[in-house]
Amino acid sequence: MTAFSGLRERRGKAYRQAYGSARRREANGLTILETKNLTYKYGAGTPFEKTAVEDVSLSIGKGEFVGVIGHTGSGKSTLIQMLNGLLRPTSGQVLLDGQDIWQEPKKIRQVRFRVGMVFQYPEYQLFEETVLQDIMFGPKNMGLPDEAAKARAVQAAAFTGLKPSLLDESPFELSGGEKRRAAIAGVIAMDPEVLILDEPTAGLDPRGRDVLLAQIAQYHKERGNTVLLVSHSMEDIGRVADRLLVMNDGRKAMLAPTKEAFARGEELEKMGLRVPQVTKILQGLQKLGFPVDPTALTVDDALKQLIPYCKQRQAAGPL
Amino acid sequence: MLSDITLGQYFPAKSPLHRADPRLKICLTIFSIVLIFCAGNFFSLGAAVAYIGLGMALSRIAVKLYLRSLKPILFLVVFTAVLNVFYGTGEPLWQWGVFKITQNGLVNSLFVSIRIITLILASSVLTFTTSPTQLTDAIERLLRPLSRLRVPVHEFAMMMTIALRFVPLLLEETDKIMSAQKARGADMESGSVLQRIKALVPILIPLFVSAFRRAYDLAIAMESRCYHGGGGRTKMKVLRFGRGDWLVLGSAVLALGAFIALNIVFPPAVAR
Repeated sequence: MTAFSGLRERRGKAYRQAYGSARRREANGLTILETKNLTYKYGAGTPFEKTAVEDVSLSIGKGEFVGVIGHTGSGKSTLIQMLNGLLRPTSGQVLLDGQDIWQEPKKIRQVRFRVGMVFQYPEYQLFEETVLQDIMFGPKNMGLPDEAAKARAVQAAAFTGLKPSLLDESPFELSGGEKRRAAIAGVIAMDPEVLILDEPTAGLDPRGRDVLLAQIAQYHKERGNTVLLVSHSMEDIGRVADRLLVMNDGRKAMLAPTKEAFARGEELEKMGLRVPQVTKILQGLQKLGFPVDPTALTVDDALKQLIPYCKQRQAAGPL
Repeated sequence: MLSDITLGQYFPAKSPLHRADPRLKICLTIFSIVLIFCAGNFFSLGAAVAYIGLGMALSRIAVKLYLRSLKPILFLVVFTAVLNVFYGTGEPLWQWGVFKITQNGLVNSLFVSIRIITLILASSVLTFTTSPTQLTDAIERLLRPLSRLRVPVHEFAMMMTIALRFVPLLLEETDKIMSAQKARGADMESGSVLQRIKALVPILIPLFVSAFRRAYDLAIAMESRCYHGGGGRTKMKVLRFGRGDWLVLGSAVLALGAFIALNIVFPPAVAR
C-alpha cells in the first residue's frame, strides 16, 4: 500500500488538480475544425514524390481534447501542419468554423492565430533578448499593443508554470525544460481557439512530462479551448484525451473515444502501436478470469478497482 | 518550400553517368565549361551544347529537373541578354534616342544566354549524378599533388564534406524554424524591404544557435572516435577508373576534335 501512495505522491500537486476533480469536458456538439478528403504529397514531380496524407476526412468538436497517435511517418505531423495553414493541401479542404481556410490565402495569418501550433522541440524557436519578449512575439504579431501583449505573456507563462523571475532572463540561459515551457507559452499567449501540440513532452524526464501534461490538461479545463495533442506515448494520451485519432500510412485509421480505441488493442498493435501497459495488464487479468474493467487507461484508474478487490480477497482469507 | 531548389542537389539513379568515376566527371565538367567559353561561332557552340546534352541524356534524370535548376539564374540570363541587345555595334535595326538594337547585339545576346544556360546545365549534370561524398572524395584525390606543397588537402576535403552534409540539415532546420515562427504569426511575405530584413531575425538567431550546437556536437563525436586527420587513413570505397570511364574519356576526345574543327572552319559569330 505504501508503494502505491508513494507513487501518487510523486506525481505532485498539479497532477492531482488536473485529474482529481472534474474529469473531461464533454464536447458541446459544435464543430470547430473539419477536413474533407485532405491529401498532401511531398516533392510532387520529383523522383522523391511521396504521399504523406491521403484522403483524410474528420471533424473535431469545440472544446474537445483529441489525442493524435501514429507510427513514425504515419502522416500525423503533415496533417496537423495543414490544419493551421502552414502546408497547403495538395487536394481537399480544411474548414475552420465552416470556412475554408484557403479561401483567402492572404489572410492565412489570421487562421494561424486562431489555430495555435506548438512544434516538436519548440525550444529551438526562441530568439528574443528576454523570455518575456519572446512570449510577446505572437501577441504582437496579432497587432496587440505592448501592454496587452505583456499581460497575455505573463498569463501564458503562469499557465505553463514558468517562474515569474525567469521572464527577464535571456531564453538561452534557461534549462531545457524551462525553454520548452517558454516556447509553449509563446503560442498559448496568442489565446488560440484550437491548440495543437506536437509531442510536447518529447525528451523530458518522466516527472517533467507528467507535470507538463497536467498543465496542458489544466489549461484545457480552464479555457475550454480545443486541444490536439500528438504523442507517441499511449500512456500520456490515454490520460488526457477525450477522443483518439489514429493515423496509419497517411490515412485515418480510427477516430473514436479513447476507451473505445484502446479496446481495439489488437488492431492498434498491427499498426505498430501499443495500448498503455496498465490497460494491457488489466486485459490479461480479465482473460485469466479476474473481475476487472479492462478499459482503465491510467495506473490510478486501475488502482481504484484493484485495491478494493485485493482488500476483499484478503478479508475472505487465503484460498 | 526551400526543398524545391534543385541546383546542386544529388538525384540517385542507375545510369552510366552515375557509375562513372567522379574524378572523370569533374574533369569533364570543367572541360565542357572551357568548350563553351572557347566557342567562337554557333557551330562549335552547338557541338559543346550537344556534348552536354548527351551527358544530360545519359544521366537518366528528367529534363524537368534540369529546367528547374535554371530557375534561380533566370534573372541573370534575362538581365545579361537585355544588356547585350543594346550594346551591339553596327547598323541599327531599331533606334529610340540612345537606345539602338543591332543585328550584332541580338546575336551576342543569344550567344551569351546559351552560354550561361549551358554552364548551369553542365554543372547540374555533375551534381545531379554525383553524391556529395563522391564529389569531395574526387576533389581530394585530384588535389593530392598539392599536399606536397604542404596544402592541407585532406582537411579541406573534410571541411567540404561536412559543409555539404550540413546543407540539407540546415535547410530542413530553417524550414522548421520558419514554420514555427509563421505559426506565431511572423510575416515574411509582405512589407517593405526593411521590414522583411527585420522579419529574418527570428529565423537567423535560432538557426545560428543550432548551427553552433551542431558543430560542437559533431566535434565531440569526431574526437570520441579518435579522428586525427588524414595521415594513414584508408577509404572504404576506393575510386577505380573502369572500362566505362575510358569510353567516356574517348567521347571527350572526339568532342574536342569536332569542336576545334568547327571553331576553325566557320567564321567567328561574335564580333565586338
